[in-house]
Amino acid sequence: MKHLTRRLLFFLLFTFVFLDFSNAQSVEVIKYPDLAKLISTPSEKNKVINFWATWCRPCIKELPQFLDLYEKYNSENLELSLISFDFVEDLDSKLIPFLTKRNIKANVYLLDETDYNSFIDKVDPAWSGAIPATLMMTSKNTKRIFIEKEFTENELEKVYLNFIK
Amino acid sequence: MKKNTLLTLRLIAIATVLLATSLNNLLAQANTGYKVGDTATDFKLKNVDGQMISMANYKDAKGFIVIFTCNTCPFSKMYEERINELNQKYASKGYPVLAINPNDVTKQPDDSFDAMIARAKDKNFSFPYLYDESQAIATAYGATRTPHVYIVSKKAQKLIVSYIGAIDNNHKDADAASQKYVEEAVNSLLAGKAVKTNFTKAIGCTIKWKEA
Repeated sequence: MKHLTRRLLFFLLFTFVFLDFSNAQSVEVIKYPDLAKLISTPSEKNKVINFWATWCRPCIKELPQFLDLYEKYNSENLELSLISFDFVEDLDSKLIPFLTKRNIKANVYLLDETDYNSFIDKVDPAWSGAIPATLMMTSKNTKRIFIEKEFTENELEKVYLNFIK
Repeated sequence: MKKNTLLTLRLIAIATVLLATSLNNLLAQANTGYKVGDTATDFKLKNVDGQMISMANYKDAKGFIVIFTCNTCPFSKMYEERINELNQKYASKGYPVLAINPNDVTKQPDDSFDAMIARAKDKNFSFPYLYDESQAIATAYGATRTPHVYIVSKKAQKLIVSYIGAIDNNHKDADAASQKYVEEAVNSLLAGKAVKTNFTKAIGCTIKWKEA
């Protein structure tokens, strides 16, 4: 009986840990060199990197398009990275609850930087610094495009497909 | 008689082409906005106190710290105090701050003119907070984000764009900023020197443009 209780306890504990783990959204807090590596390291997949934040209305509005794109092309050849400009103090109180609520499984990074002028041009000279903004690269970084704007309804997939053609 | 009509028609045709070309140029200019060294346009915009404000009203000013900002962007909020301090420090030296909110109210209801009045009062703005309802001024300047600074200086009756960019290089903590771009630029202009760092970039909220 004691044995059984212990087993049950272990089982419950295991289930609890497992469930909890599968629901948690992990966000990697990064600095610019990590972002530079993420951009420059060639991948077999096409990369879509979206710059956003939970406090940015147009970013939130267009976000479902990125999640749909990810669902549709992830298994094929798309690697999606969401680079958040949320403030690192808000990681646990805003960003993670936001991702959990919307069940966002894509790779999310929080870029914890202050000296913006030192790296914006390095990401892309066409970037003024406004978000939302999106960088797309074909596999092995053969082609790239930088778009500083909010995608209108159903626009993202068209832009993506046209770009990787 | 016939010859005259032909001539008139020809002149009209030439005028049309010229007009179209200059319109095109104007549009192209509007799309790209100002670069450092360009001549900036004056404006006539409504302040939160109901007065219409133009740079021409400031006869004694040596120039202006024009800042596109808004009520809602977290970066704008983080810089409110610093914008107030800039005005307090430089208005008396000839470089007052003129803050302009260009956001479309249908996309960002909390940037309405009434909300601007409340914000200016709440935060004790010491500077005019102007409403660019048509977005014509943000478009002409080429502002893309909030906050976005344009320092213009008066030279031979002209308003010359002398700095474009961020206020400093640390949005979180003014004391931790190692480069205070706007202060350095205005100090240089006041000293009659060239502005060393005359263009910077920063992350900001995109201006909420009206639907085309």
